[in-house]
Amino acid sequence: MLQFFLRRIAVLIPTFLGVSLIAFSFIRLLPGDPVLILAGQHAMTPEQHAAAMHALGFDRSLPVQYLDYLGNMLQGDFGQSVVTKRSVLQEFFARFPATLELSICAMIIAVCLGIPAGVFAAVKRGSFFDHTVMGTALIGYSMPIFWWGLLLIILFSGILQWTPVSGRIDLLYYFPSVTGFMLIDSLLSGQKGAFGSAVSHLILPAIVLGTIPLAVIARQTRSAMLEVLSEDYVRTARAKGLPPFRVIGVHALRNALIPVITTIGLQVGVLMAGAILTETIFSWPGVGKWMVDSVFKRDYTVIQGGLLLIAAIIMFVNLIVDLLYGLINPRIRH
Amino acid sequence: MADTSIKTANEESPLRRVLAEFWFYFAENRGAVIGLWVFVALVLVAIFAPLLAPHEPYLQYRDAVLVPPVWQEGGRSAYLLGTDAVGRDILSRLIYGARYSLFIGIVVTTVAMVCGILIGVIAGYFRGWIDTAIMRLMDIILAFPSLLLALVLVAVLGPGLINAMIAIALVYQPHFVRLTRAAVMAEKSRDYVVAARVAGAGPLRLMFRTILPNCMAPLIVQGALSFSNAILDAAALGFLGMGAQPPTPEWGTMLAEAREFILRAWWVVTLPGLAILITVLAINLMGDGLRDALDPKMKRS
Repeated sequence: MLQFFLRRIAVLIPTFLGVSLIAFSFIRLLPGDPVLILAGQHAMTPEQHAAAMHALGFDRSLPVQYLDYLGNMLQGDFGQSVVTKRSVLQEFFARFPATLELSICAMIIAVCLGIPAGVFAAVKRGSFFDHTVMGTALIGYSMPIFWWGLLLIILFSGILQWTPVSGRIDLLYYFPSVTGFMLIDSLLSGQKGAFGSAVSHLILPAIVLGTIPLAVIARQTRSAMLEVLSEDYVRTARAKGLPPFRVIGVHALRNALIPVITTIGLQVGVLMAGAILTETIFSWPGVGKWMVDSVFKRDYTVIQGGLLLIAAIIMFVNLIVDLLYGLINPRIRH
Repeated sequence: MADTSIKTANEESPLRRVLAEFWFYFAENRGAVIGLWVFVALVLVAIFAPLLAPHEPYLQYRDAVLVPPVWQEGGRSAYLLGTDAVGRDILSRLIYGARYSLFIGIVVTTVAMVCGILIGVIAGYFRGWIDTAIMRLMDIILAFPSLLLALVLVAVLGPGLINAMIAIALVYQPHFVRLTRAAVMAEKSRDYVVAARVAGAGPLRLMFRTILPNCMAPLIVQGALSFSNAILDAAALGFLGMGAQPPTPEWGTMLAEAREFILRAWWVVTLPGLAILITVLAINLMGDGLRDALDPKMKRS
């Protein structure tokens, strides 16, 4: 197991270096003078320009610049935002809990609905229920989620007036951030109605973000379950006279879930891409909206840092999923 | 007589036999056939857009701003699906939009597929350090969420439809590389390849004439998937203001322009998204059918 673990990490290091190289090249590939871009100014005297160039390290050779960049990054220095002049890492961590909270809730919705739906569809293969679930899953999988979000806003915020249109909580409530998760913080604050307000703000974005993972998980669970149900040991369990619930819930599901766990891990990238759109529609103050805003404001250090941090998080989660997979399924280790 | 008819059946060109067999399995999937018809209809709409569209897609009727669809109160028969905030006919814009979406899908898939196959065949055929270098590079591209990488690339290249397409194609191409490489590696040690090599076939012929045709099935399925995802991602970039720019009648861009009217004029927001959903759904239905028809594991022989 340790060997498997080390091998996984060894593969990850060159990938991470490559990712950092892409983030490093990004600013240098931009059309125009990178010094002016990073200083956020349109014109400079030659002396100012030389000073800024020196301060940014652009007067040194490219390999040295890259090593500098790597060194700073490993010490947690991702540079300053061109617009706000604040540290990119601080800005990232100020917004990351919002994205994490949204993603976790989306994933809970996707897993809690997707796995049972997939299991029942497989057990009742060919039934009306099966066709309905698979048809719905294909629609969910094909859904332009930015449009889906707008539709939900029209229905629940416009016509029914059940939920607010944007943000994380009503402006009525104010309490210090403890965990960064609005659901937990609003409970801790003890203010009446704060938790309800947080939930009503969260529910639509979580549904929108969870839609594609939900569809993928339902489809994957169904096909994994169908495969397992035709195995000999499941027939043996049935022949022994075990109740169907036990055969499906214990014998079959345990093995069917192995590929499903991989699928769930792979959804992290989907969630991050989805967060860009979902957060933009619902004005959710998370990392996705931050990236889109930065692209519009041409805040290139933020784009550079955000790109790297998001890729690093995805790689980290995938590593954990890989290790978990190795733990559940010993065959994969070799 | 019976003898001759059997003979002609056997003498049918192999291509026709393959196609007939393909259609047999494809047609078993009812959803796939429906998807195919919808897709054919969309292609026809895109080709004959100037004949079908009742109005010019860019023409603004100042006396008809935000007219609702014809079946709603206040609708006018001249504008079947209503008009947008500057008085352009939505039906005409949707019809022209089909051109953009299908064009995006075709170009992105072709570019990603051709580049991906070339690189994948090289990696799988030569192995060694070339393979390692290529696969590491692909891992790096795959480490980013596709939409994020496309967004950042567009930020470098500048917003616009062509740049969005380049970015999406670049992001999709590793999937083709991986599939091709795996298939080439599996086929390379087969007897027929060894036989061809012994017969004197050079590496180029071996790679592209001998091995590649036997690796196409998973690539075609992945192609269908890329086609629908490209349409979704291009529409998403358009929606974020980073893809096709207004006043282009691209569906995602139309949605972005319509956002502020979301609570006043439902048709401006609903219809372009519905067009995207129907197109993507049709292609995904077809993709499922292709997978069933081409995947040897699924065939009952």
